[in-house]
Amino acid sequence: MSELPRGQRNSAWGPGFWAGFVACAVVLALAVPILNLWVPSNSAVALPDYLVPLLGKYLCYALLALSLDLVWGYAGILSLGHGAFFALGGYCMGMYLMRQIGTRGVYGNPLLPDFMVFLNWKELPWFWWGFDHFSWAAAMIVLVPGMLALVFGWLAFRSRVTGVYLSIITQAMTYALMLAFFRNDMGFGGNNGMTDYKDILGWDLHQPSTRLGLYLVSTTALGAGYLLCRFVTISKLGRVLLALRDAESRVRFLGYSVTNAKLFVFTLSAVLAGIAGALYVPQVGIINPSEFSPGNSIEIAIWVSVGGRGTLSGAIVGAVLVNLAKTWLTGAAPETWLFVLGALFVATTLVIPRGIVGLLHSARWVRPRATAPLPAGE
Amino acid sequence: MRATAITRAARATAIVLTLLSAALPARADEFATLVSALGADSFAEKEQAITALGKLGDGRAVTVLTSLNDGRLLKAPDGRVLVSEATKLLDPLTGADAPDLKADALDRIRVNNRLRGTIQGALGGLILFSADPAARLAAAQDALRYPSADEAALLEKAIAVEKDPEIRAAMEQSLAAARLVSGTKQERLAAARRLGTTTDPQIKNLLDEVRAAPDTDREVRQAAEAALASINNRLWLVGLVANLFQGISLGSILLLAAIGLAITFGVMGVINMAHGEMIMLGAYAAYVCQQFFRAFLPPGWIDAYLVLAVPVAFLFAGAVGVVLERSVIRFLYGRPLETLLATWGVSLILQQAVRSIFGSPNKAVSNPSWMTGGFDLIGGFTVTWNRVVIILFCFVVLGVLALILNRTSFGLQMRAVTQNRPMASVMGIRTARIDALTFGLGSGIAGMAGVALSQVGNVSPNLGTIYIVDSFLVVVFGGVGNLMGTLVGALSLGIVNKFLEPAAGAILGKIIILVAIILFIQRRPRGLFALKGRTAEA
Repeated sequence: MSELPRGQRNSAWGPGFWAGFVACAVVLALAVPILNLWVPSNSAVALPDYLVPLLGKYLCYALLALSLDLVWGYAGILSLGHGAFFALGGYCMGMYLMRQIGTRGVYGNPLLPDFMVFLNWKELPWFWWGFDHFSWAAAMIVLVPGMLALVFGWLAFRSRVTGVYLSIITQAMTYALMLAFFRNDMGFGGNNGMTDYKDILGWDLHQPSTRLGLYLVSTTALGAGYLLCRFVTISKLGRVLLALRDAESRVRFLGYSVTNAKLFVFTLSAVLAGIAGALYVPQVGIINPSEFSPGNSIEIAIWVSVGGRGTLSGAIVGAVLVNLAKTWLTGAAPETWLFVLGALFVATTLVIPRGIVGLLHSARWVRPRATAPLPAGE
Repeated sequence: MRATAITRAARATAIVLTLLSAALPARADEFATLVSALGADSFAEKEQAITALGKLGDGRAVTVLTSLNDGRLLKAPDGRVLVSEATKLLDPLTGADAPDLKADALDRIRVNNRLRGTIQGALGGLILFSADPAARLAAAQDALRYPSADEAALLEKAIAVEKDPEIRAAMEQSLAAARLVSGTKQERLAAARRLGTTTDPQIKNLLDEVRAAPDTDREVRQAAEAALASINNRLWLVGLVANLFQGISLGSILLLAAIGLAITFGVMGVINMAHGEMIMLGAYAAYVCQQFFRAFLPPGWIDAYLVLAVPVAFLFAGAVGVVLERSVIRFLYGRPLETLLATWGVSLILQQAVRSIFGSPNKAVSNPSWMTGGFDLIGGFTVTWNRVVIILFCFVVLGVLALILNRTSFGLQMRAVTQNRPMASVMGIRTARIDALTFGLGSGIAGMAGVALSQVGNVSPNLGTIYIVDSFLVVVFGGVGNLMGTLVGALSLGIVNKFLEPAAGAILGKIIILVAIILFIQRRPRGLFALKGRTAEA
């Protein structure tokens, strides 16, 4: 189900939508700096510095959830490997930040990051070339996850691997990458990953102002990502995606290129995930191979599911709510978190398969066609 | 450690050798001469005497040399050498008491570290005649490290009286090594041929040295080269068999983990991400059985715990499976991706529940005594019993399952429900009940797999997550809904994995396999043994 009920399609970019979007954007982009900078720190509503990167992290997760929702909610491709695209984007950013450390590392080597000196590497491997320039790193953040998704998707969609099979091989993909990145001789810091960053584009990462800046960049990225996804899903291509989600063979018989449509949306989604990962790394200060673990990728699916798949705003709401709950519970009662997360998985699929936003929609508009079948997922 | 072992063995040897040396009266005088030479003033003379005693093969020498080593060998003013044993003084030649002398009137024969080394060497040779077969075998194998003409002479003597064929073979091998280095040309050629039938890396090094030595005779060199080639062939064969066995062993573990999934995923089409947790529950069932036997039953019964653990694990995991099917999965039929998410949630809950009950550290489940140890299959490759038992167990489970599916009315109903649910229902089959039982069967088999896994590794709450990706790959690779496919898939993945490991390393090998499977699925999206016809799209 698209989030647009009948009769509102024409107003997809109408004043109603823009009013809502701008309201949300203003709250996210202005409230945080104001509460952080101009409200006195002893006030009840003041936002302490340490919470800014945390909120920024949630926004990165929201962008990641958005990217998964685009392929799962609209094209019926449940990728259990989106964590891999996220992590690859993060690694590209991590490599740039490692090169920015320069001689300030423990070993003070101007060329090699600390872990390479530690492993007795003599020169920088070729795949690290160029990462001292931000523009190169930025290109790689888009290209590496994008190319992987393009090649992987081309192989998979061309031979019509669908549904569960696709989910399992995407899971195998992220699992294989995790094993690979755990190896020390891959040249990505192995087990420990990369950390101890100093600055980004000349700004000190430990300064609250830099963190606030990163938060604002994340907000912008999320807003832009949302508009892009909305543009794609409302366009004619979006209608084709919805159609192939519900009846792939029929769309094929009607003469549409299912493979190309899927490939486009899968690649776009991977790029968004990569950007989310790149913004995530400077805010949390570390990237390591556990980001590739299959469990992480499945967790993204539950954010989308809780919020409501097939609704772009649902993905964002789900990611933020679930992670808020996670932060609170892992602090307050760590042993209960897995119970709660597990129960969330079971409950959302059984009780509210449309998610929170889907629930709100059906509460607000009593629609004659509200009983349309749920996306079968296959 | 080693010295005391030698001393103990030496004591036992002494008795045998005393009997033995009775047959060698001609040596008696030489023995007496050498013993009195031990009393010489210069260390060099002593050393010569010790070496000569070692080569003599006379049992009495053991007592003399051990006493010398321990500082209990005394010298009388008249030149006689005596052994101080507790309160008595004994004559080493006759073993008789010597009451006419007092210990404090005699001089202790002094040794230095160099002499102690020589003594150990001499004793080492004499152990070849020990009464203790284990000591003889160890000495025979040890002799390989010091190939020399002296060693060869000793070994020849030892072989002449050796009865045990295994020790004899070890002695002959060491003899061949010694002759290869020190014998005549004919002996060297024969030794090289004999050594070609072994796989010992030490021998390989020895042959390599002989081949490389500049003064080696041409024919001997050729013989050594031939022997080396033959050893390399043999080692390659051993490696092949070892990889094959380990591959089958890994394959059988994958198969056990995947069979249950072949039922729930393959036959029912349910993506059960909690399958790994069923395996984990089975492993914990084995642990609980073990603890129960330890706590409440006589110690002699502990070996039987595993026999009880298998049905307990089956019933427990099966019951959990039935509950899971009735409470969650039945609402999600036809929505595979949502099933995937819901069962993932269940797996998180089960993991955390087990962690809360048993704690997160690994639990040790020990092998029963009839599963410990192993046997030497071919030179240098040991097959352990627990692996063999698991391989057999895995095939028994597969066989029984095939029988249930094809020969029982439950199996018939199960297949009927899978192929055409409405029609099966019309024919009077209670489809809901069959669903629950089928899921229970798959989960129960996973539980039994857990018992098997507990025998080769540790039991921890995240045991299941290690196998979940692998077992899905096995089922997908083999082809859904097909036990034969699962069997072939599991065994081929296991074997390929073990053959890649030495070449690429464990992790890289695994990555290669994952990539290969991803590519394979592009070629054959429905697996190796795809279902054909109408059921294929069900």
